[in-house]
Amino acid sequence: MIEIEGITKRYDATTVVDDVSMVIEPRTIAVIVGTSGSGKTTLLRMINRLVEPTSGIIKLDGADNRSLPGYELRRSIGYAIQGHGLFPHRTVAQNIATVPVLLGWDKDRIKARVDELMTLYQLDPEAFGPRYPHELSGGQQQRVGVARALAAEPNVLLMDEPFGALDPIIRAKAQEDLLAIQKRFGTTIILVTHDMEEAVHMGDKIAVMDAGKLVQYAKPAEILAKPASAFVETLVGASERPFRLLSLGRVRDAMEKGSAEGEAIPGDASQRDALAELLWSGRPALPVTGADGKPIGRVTVDGLVKRAARPA
Amino acid sequence: MKAWLPSLLRLALVMLLVAFVTNPGWFEPLLKPLTENNAPVIYNQGSLLTLTLLHLRTVLIATVAATIVAVALAILVTRPAGAEFLPLSRSLVNIGQTFPPVAVLALAVPAVGFGEKPTLIALFLYGLLPIFENALTGLTTLPANVVEAARGAGMTGWQRLTKVELPLSAPIILGGIRLSVVISLATATIGSTVAAKTLGEVIIAGLLSNNLAFILQGGLIVAALAVLIYDGLSAIERYTARRMGRGAE
Repeated sequence: MIEIEGITKRYDATTVVDDVSMVIEPRTIAVIVGTSGSGKTTLLRMINRLVEPTSGIIKLDGADNRSLPGYELRRSIGYAIQGHGLFPHRTVAQNIATVPVLLGWDKDRIKARVDELMTLYQLDPEAFGPRYPHELSGGQQQRVGVARALAAEPNVLLMDEPFGALDPIIRAKAQEDLLAIQKRFGTTIILVTHDMEEAVHMGDKIAVMDAGKLVQYAKPAEILAKPASAFVETLVGASERPFRLLSLGRVRDAMEKGSAEGEAIPGDASQRDALAELLWSGRPALPVTGADGKPIGRVTVDGLVKRAARPA
Repeated sequence: MKAWLPSLLRLALVMLLVAFVTNPGWFEPLLKPLTENNAPVIYNQGSLLTLTLLHLRTVLIATVAATIVAVALAILVTRPAGAEFLPLSRSLVNIGQTFPPVAVLALAVPAVGFGEKPTLIALFLYGLLPIFENALTGLTTLPANVVEAARGAGMTGWQRLTKVELPLSAPIILGGIRLSVVISLATATIGSTVAAKTLGEVIIAGLLSNNLAFILQGGLIVAALAVLIYDGLSAIERYTARRMGRGAE
């Protein structure tokens, strides 16, 4: 659990982060969204003390984050940044092993952990381990960057626009990978982005920041349904709202009894994908299949349209 | 040009140089037309090999000392604690460069006497600036997100310096050392005016006795050394830069 209490950061006369308080539950993903200069990155960097706050306290699992020297604190917290920041003079394996080496793990343990992470990220340790970062594609570099952040099994992972430099297809894949890994390790993730789409997709909770202040901190559905201010509403995007709302729900939950013709959609797909498929194929209903591939019901345009409406 | 031609030329130059300093007698017929009145063709006051090795030793000592001081200075002024000394150290090193080497020699002789010492002082002061400037460039133009990642991973200041900042600026620092070495190789010849044992001795003897063959052999050895060392250090630079994916140049 991460408790941020009354955190303020001033540089001379400018207040970059203004009295922000929030609690991030363990094993969840909190996404901080805001425009450039909203103080979101500064807030993130105060958690691992790359930036020291002017006032306020941040507690990690109940302990003040100033109870350790900064560098020791940072070894216990994963940190992944935009453009990955891999060390160009070190191989992929050496890059991933950075924090374990700093912590003085023994060789076998480091090798086992590096191999595990590389396998998890679909990079063959034999083939990719001895390569240098510049020999990798953008998507591979990004995966190595996240693997490096996760190497020392941190409970908390901070990510500063980690997918910012990726093309849309690789980005979607990277987001899915991260969600899967978060489930597997139960890491608490705090992710900074300016992309509301990403925030709604990834976040258990979304924190919206504007001009240093925390404007709203709530579940994605609530941010979409009840934006706290005109700023949040703009950020959500009025024309995108219904589709983002649908993207939060699974087809399974919008399923009705009955059957339909044509190609089926799996129950795990998002309702937004289902609506898109319905509109594109011009059908009034789609069959829904369960995990075993057998049809279990159907989803209709009317049903989805009702769900896309503003919640009461 | 064929790809193997540069390597072949280098090899030929090395062989020629080694042959010349070890067996200068072989080349006597070539240089004979440059002398008059039966003057000696090959320098006869000392062995060319010894002089070459002494010349290289002087340059090596001065460059190593200049590298240590210049890099240490650059590290110091790029730390937060030393940032305010940046302008001061810059001007100090610049003064070293504006002094003509002959003036440094003239001033150093009364202080430390004749011989190798004043030459070392002049070469040391002369070598500082290129190395310092390059080390400064290297350490201040590191990719920001790499330095950020190093901090975020929990490296201490010392670990960041030794594991990230210095390795990453190595190619640029090497470039400074290369410049410094070439300047020193040439400047060391002047050291012979204050009795330092370098190849300058051969050139000066030639000038004094109007012996063109002496001047030419001294000058050519220094030139060949400079070309070969410059070439070798460039190759190391390219290798380290390529390993970091920074392209050849």
